[in-house]
Amino acid sequence: MGRFIILVLALAALWLLLSGYFDKALLLGFGVVSVLFSAWLAKRAGVLDGDSVPTGLLPRILGYWVWLGGEIGKANLMVMRQALAVQPKLSPKFFTVPCPPRSSVGKATFANSITLTPGTVSVNLSENEILIHGLTEEFCDVAAITDMGERVARAESKSAGAAS
Amino acid sequence: MIDLIGNIWSELELARDILSWACFIFGGLAVVSGALGIVRFPDFYTRLHAAGVTDTGGAEMILIGMLLQSPTWIVAVKLFFIGTFLFFTSPVATHAIAHSAWMVGFKPLEGPELKYRENGE
Repeated sequence: MGRFIILVLALAALWLLLSGYFDKALLLGFGVVSVLFSAWLAKRAGVLDGDSVPTGLLPRILGYWVWLGGEIGKANLMVMRQALAVQPKLSPKFFTVPCPPRSSVGKATFANSITLTPGTVSVNLSENEILIHGLTEEFCDVAAITDMGERVARAESKSAGAAS
Repeated sequence: MIDLIGNIWSELELARDILSWACFIFGGLAVVSGALGIVRFPDFYTRLHAAGVTDTGGAEMILIGMLLQSPTWIVAVKLFFIGTFLFFTSPVATHAIAHSAWMVGFKPLEGPELKYRENGE
């Protein structure tokens, strides 16, 4: 039930901010009906779980995103240097890193973070490992990528109990 | 409250202009070098990385630049949503392409010499 209320609140906030109507009773009524209808559909379809409404992950993941933004900026500059260099020094290769996060949301967040940082693309996820394609030797830094995974695991650690 | 923020927002016009121009220039550079990279890099997997620069650095920086130029807060909120949704969806699309190429056994160029591996795994 808690998840249902949070989903309704989030959908209502999204509807209000995207429409920008605050004093038109008819349109607001339609908004309320559509928000409740979508939340009811999600509940009826049985997708209202820790994957679709990751309540436990949310507050702690915000700090991680800020940190990730800085990493993305640095990696962007490194790839741009290769793209603009007269003689690009590429040495692409595949390598695997361990995947510390345990929940499916955490794994998806980690794999998405790897893909978001230019220079590394997550290609395949197995049980506890992620196959990554790196652009140059600089990007194939297993320790740094594992550290990123540890950060995601720390962000989800409290939610692991609440989600299951 | 909103009036106060609006006043501060319009007072800071010069600072916002400078910041958003910096964002536009860096974002434009990222988009151009991403496009150059797609042309110049040697194979499919390395080109994905160049596309990643356009997806993250280019798109997000230009969106932040536009956010700083937004005339009303409702426009700012919408630009913020666009940025957030791009942040979540573009890596999924990149992963889907890379994963399907890997699944069908598309061979990558490897090592500093950029050679195809002779013996398959």
